[in-house]
Amino acid sequence: MALDEYEKRDFQVIGSRPVRPDGIDKVTGRALYGADAVLPGMLVGKVLRSPHPHARIRSIDTRAAAALNGVRAVVTGADFGEIRKGETRNVAENAMAFDHALYDGHAVAAVAATSEAVAREALKLIEVDYEVLPHVTEIAAAMAPGAPVVHAGFVEDSVPDGFSENVTARHEFGHGDLEAGFARADKVIARTLKTAATHQGYIEPNACLASMGPDGRGDLWCCTQGHYFVRQLCAEIMGIEESRLRVTASEIGGGFGGKTTVFVEPVALMLSKKAGAPVKLVMSRNEVFRASGPTVSSEIDVKIGMTRDGRITAAEAELRYQGGAFPNITVMFGAMAAFAAYDLGAVRTVGYNVLTNRPKQAAYRAPGAPMAIYAVESVVNELCEELGLDPLEVRLKNAARKGTKSSYGPTFNDIGLVATLEAAQAHPHYRAPLGPNQGRGLSCGFWFNFGGNTSVSLSVDMDGSVSVTEGNPDIGGSRASIAMMAAEELGIPFERVRAIVADTASLGHNDVTDGSRVTFAVGLATIKAARAAKKELCKRAAMMWGIDEEAVTWENGCAKPSGPNAGSFEPLPIEKIARKSPRTGGPIAGHHEVNAEGAGVSFGVHLCDVEVDPETGHTKILRYTIFQDAGKAIHPDYVEGQMQGGAVQGIGWALNEEYIYGKDGRLQNPGFLDYRIPVASDLPDIDTVILEIPNPGHPYGVRGVGETGIVPPLAAVSNAVSHAIGTRLYELPMSPPKILKAIREG
Amino acid sequence: MESGNMRYLAPKTVTEAAQLLADSDGIARVLAGGTDLLVQMKAETIAPDLLVDIKHIPGMREITAEAGGWRIGAAVPGAHISEHAGLKADWPGVVEAAALIGSTQVQGRASIVGNLCNASPAADSVPALVAADARVQITGPKGTRDCAVIEIPVGPGKTTLQRGEIVTAVLLPARTGIGADACLRFIPRTEMDIAVCSAAVNVTLDESGRCSAARVALGAVAPVVLLVEEAADILVGSRLDRATLERLQSVCSKAARPIDDKRGTAEFRREVVGVMARRAARLAAERATAKAGEKA
Repeated sequence: MALDEYEKRDFQVIGSRPVRPDGIDKVTGRALYGADAVLPGMLVGKVLRSPHPHARIRSIDTRAAAALNGVRAVVTGADFGEIRKGETRNVAENAMAFDHALYDGHAVAAVAATSEAVAREALKLIEVDYEVLPHVTEIAAAMAPGAPVVHAGFVEDSVPDGFSENVTARHEFGHGDLEAGFARADKVIARTLKTAATHQGYIEPNACLASMGPDGRGDLWCCTQGHYFVRQLCAEIMGIEESRLRVTASEIGGGFGGKTTVFVEPVALMLSKKAGAPVKLVMSRNEVFRASGPTVSSEIDVKIGMTRDGRITAAEAELRYQGGAFPNITVMFGAMAAFAAYDLGAVRTVGYNVLTNRPKQAAYRAPGAPMAIYAVESVVNELCEELGLDPLEVRLKNAARKGTKSSYGPTFNDIGLVATLEAAQAHPHYRAPLGPNQGRGLSCGFWFNFGGNTSVSLSVDMDGSVSVTEGNPDIGGSRASIAMMAAEELGIPFERVRAIVADTASLGHNDVTDGSRVTFAVGLATIKAARAAKKELCKRAAMMWGIDEEAVTWENGCAKPSGPNAGSFEPLPIEKIARKSPRTGGPIAGHHEVNAEGAGVSFGVHLCDVEVDPETGHTKILRYTIFQDAGKAIHPDYVEGQMQGGAVQGIGWALNEEYIYGKDGRLQNPGFLDYRIPVASDLPDIDTVILEIPNPGHPYGVRGVGETGIVPPLAAVSNAVSHAIGTRLYELPMSPPKILKAIREG
Repeated sequence: MESGNMRYLAPKTVTEAAQLLADSDGIARVLAGGTDLLVQMKAETIAPDLLVDIKHIPGMREITAEAGGWRIGAAVPGAHISEHAGLKADWPGVVEAAALIGSTQVQGRASIVGNLCNASPAADSVPALVAADARVQITGPKGTRDCAVIEIPVGPGKTTLQRGEIVTAVLLPARTGIGADACLRFIPRTEMDIAVCSAAVNVTLDESGRCSAARVALGAVAPVVLLVEEAADILVGSRLDRATLERLQSVCSKAARPIDDKRGTAEFRREVVGVMARRAARLAAERATAKAGEKA
């Protein structure tokens, strides 16, 4: 762990709120998104998808489609045959079914044609001979003995005997003596809670333009959270070396974790290879819902013991997640995160991954944590209600802090949980009066955060302005934050720095924009690249002055003699040094490459007030306040935006969002009309309180803030609804029919 | 949205438009606001061979006073209805029902005639039109006729309109006496949603403040909008007091014939449609009483 990076200092640029550099392009339409890429002679790609949730593909007859005038290529799973093993094979099989259709919407064939109309006509001419097989879409049914086997061959050694073959992995975490802990409790509550699968709901559908040359070199433009990972997956699937494929990330219209993998990109590349022409493939909204990656649905058993005065004596949970027809490790993150907010002597979590005939899950903001923490925070609140205790006091009493051995193993360093709880306690929201049919809820949240492989290059241009080249798509304002960190370090105005996201051939490997890693890791690399450039700038100034390099320091964008002994020279501003650079050794730049550690975990606390219409079960969010530790807020607007955006998504999970499957195994609501994400008029202004407990692992103290915000809303809203209606729901979403039923059944 | 051979025509007269539709041998559709049609085309649920845009026909985008009531052209967008003072004064329930359709952006295009002809059981504006006893004017190859709104839809996506017939306007009757209407819809969110159930109530008060006439219509609880005469009978002769409105609620819940689907259970719809009816009746009564106060 890199824990010595942080240095206290006064900031000039960091913490201010400059206008976002991508704003004008986005509001004027100048910004280019995934579907905006065009090439001369490009074809339209379209995908044929299975109407069956589970079927063996006996044969696919593509002859009539291929013969249609205007059709230039047809691909099926056979074109992707003999693919390696492991996750890349799963990604490929998800992009194009091999011998089985595994869910409603699974791609079975694709065409490239000269027009959309021809492509659509061609899909109708493809004849797929399906042998329809029994399907299963729900967790309990998939775990039951004798359940239809969704996708054989994935069971890991960790799974004990006696489970259905759909259970592929078991994960366990914890420490201490549970039995003794529960024996010491005055009250033990055990509950089962459920959450529905939800989609990231990004506005921009997945889209790409692929161009494979006859020499086996290719280019791919796509909307993604990580073009290096796209390159790695696609190169492996296409059987070419990574350097042969150049991937350029477009502007991105939201991802929230959902664009950390590929769906149509390998298909477009294969079509392009066969057609010998560029192919554009854009998913429709229906396809996005049915065949990109939503998050898991869950069933979670939680048991917690508490003393009369509110000390938790033991806690355990069994988590069962389904994430579609391919294995994933989301339940492991859930099992790790479930009790992270608590300092516990005895704790154990066990997670099981379950296969179902649903689309392959993808990451979604703090993957696995919101549902686990919803279950835990619901039961903690119920214990507080039963024992007549203040839920905030109880959380303070049991809060994890520096030195706590976390429920998932490591011992925490400086963390902000107690500070966020105290800020919530001191806030007027916590004591504001409530009216009839209103209730207040509270929940803690947590996410690990991540650092990872990062490569940044910074060049001082000839006029002294600065270009930063980074390799992570800007999904939450990172170009602004990174330019701010470069400006801060160099002591120049923010407006003199432009950050761009370069293609895969321009920098060393960069991990995906995920794990709330970019402001932390790319920021760290940018600061170090700027320091390298500063060192070079000082060296050039020393040459210009004819003094020793060590006798020059950098201050406010200028080189200065380091003291009276160095000689008396006027400060040399960056632009003067840059202009003279051809005569002092050529261009001036800095770069930094790192596999960043020390990301620093992030905690948050949310307070939520609701009013429930007792005659309809309709829930209105009245007031919402977020308290979150950002380490250091680089651009507070973006930090607040991340916190608010996470809360809004979590409110959606809590109230209305769900994948609804019919008995026929088909998705019933593949569109935004019946998949109900919150709209602006559903929400109050969401208030934010940023706490800054510096992360020792970052030069400016930054912690990632992107994910923690989605974790607390589920239980905060559920606890508020319980408070308002006097009875508790154990299942999300709490749609009006469910709330009205709960009220009627009291 | 590319299509092989789709024709788009924008005739200048209703007769011409009706003739184009009647002569078409493929799938022909009338385009007014297009907020249903274009979405269906984009979702590939229909692929018309002919689109007849009626927005350029004189009168189609006008609201005019007629016979003491109002004529609303078939392509008048919701946003215009919402800003029409005369309509709002006479038919506040119809205006609020039209405003429920879609979002602010959709309101710039969506028309109530389109909403009616799309024939969804959950159409936002139809219960209010039925409660208002509105009629529509229709032009077809055989000439012009008019009929009650309630006679247009016969089931999900199905209407009584004949080949080549175009609904050219909604006709709202003159208000007799002191009266007002109201319409409420239940959705899980606050906008951009399809009704789980809805109710519209139109009442007329006599000089003593008693209800002398009423119409009650329910949406999204049957294949078509239901006009519940038994519910209206409860209101007539009453002072629209609390006990009466509670009876109205119960009668409306019983009259509903909802189904279970992804938008709500039958049980939930039956219960909540009664609540919507009771609240709409109270709102209509308050509006009518306020008008009576203004007159006095």
